[in-house]
Amino acid sequence: MADLTTEPEVQLRMFSQPRFLAAVRALVGTMAQRLGFNEMQCGQISLAVDEALCNVITHGYDRKPDGQLWISIWALPGTPTGLKIVIEDLANQVDPAAIQPRDLDDIRPGGLGVHIIREVMDEVTWERRSPEGMRLTMIKRV
Amino acid sequence: MDGLGVMDVMDVEGTASQHMSKAEELEIHTEDIPDGIIVRPTGEIDLSCAALLRQRLGKIQESQPSRLVIDLSAVPYMDSSGVATLVEAMQIARRTGSKLVLCALQQKVRSIFEIARLDMVFSIVGSVEEASAL
Repeated sequence: MADLTTEPEVQLRMFSQPRFLAAVRALVGTMAQRLGFNEMQCGQISLAVDEALCNVITHGYDRKPDGQLWISIWALPGTPTGLKIVIEDLANQVDPAAIQPRDLDDIRPGGLGVHIIREVMDEVTWERRSPEGMRLTMIKRV
Repeated sequence: MDGLGVMDVMDVEGTASQHMSKAEELEIHTEDIPDGIIVRPTGEIDLSCAALLRQRLGKIQESQPSRLVIDLSAVPYMDSSGVATLVEAMQIARRTGSKLVLCALQQKVRSIFEIARLDMVFSIVGSVEEASAL
């Protein structure tokens, strides 16, 4: 696991506005490509990050456009390499244990984001930040 | 820019009509076919524009077409907000007895249907021609 005390290779801040999602996806996808992920994996990693940001925008900030999100990306050392992506916010806190994928047999619109994130990434952890907001840590190895 | 408004309308008497809307980076074209309508979104479908697609599909489904073909050949990316929109359209189609078919999914888009295990729930075919014959 990357040492969180080291500076991330890439870090950016965005406001909770869906129109900026495409730019973040492009950044994440490009970085994944440079680290050796194949095209399909790059797309899926971008998708997982998109879903995580959408969850914060929709549920954490209740679609208010002035919420802040920070995306930090580390390249994992060693072989195989990979990505560690941390998304932090100042949004409503929730019990991490309550963040669960829904039953996929229940065919209905919505609620797929957590399932997608867990399916795509190798390791996923939600935790409360102190004193406010949430932190999502995702790891994907090549 | 006139956002959600119809930007261009072209009607050909007795054959087909095409309509186009544009908001953000998503364009939505429609084409009448003998037993229904083809919807052709163009662009990435994410949280910023899924509502536009939802609005257009909802309007189209008010007329209860026998067949609703959604051609996704020009959609390089879709997130779960786009998928949710299509699930809702599918549920409306089932209620109204309409046939909803997705066609020409790019591999990255198909991937999200597979991850969500919806690839066996939707009717998904390779081309508009197949969708029209289904």
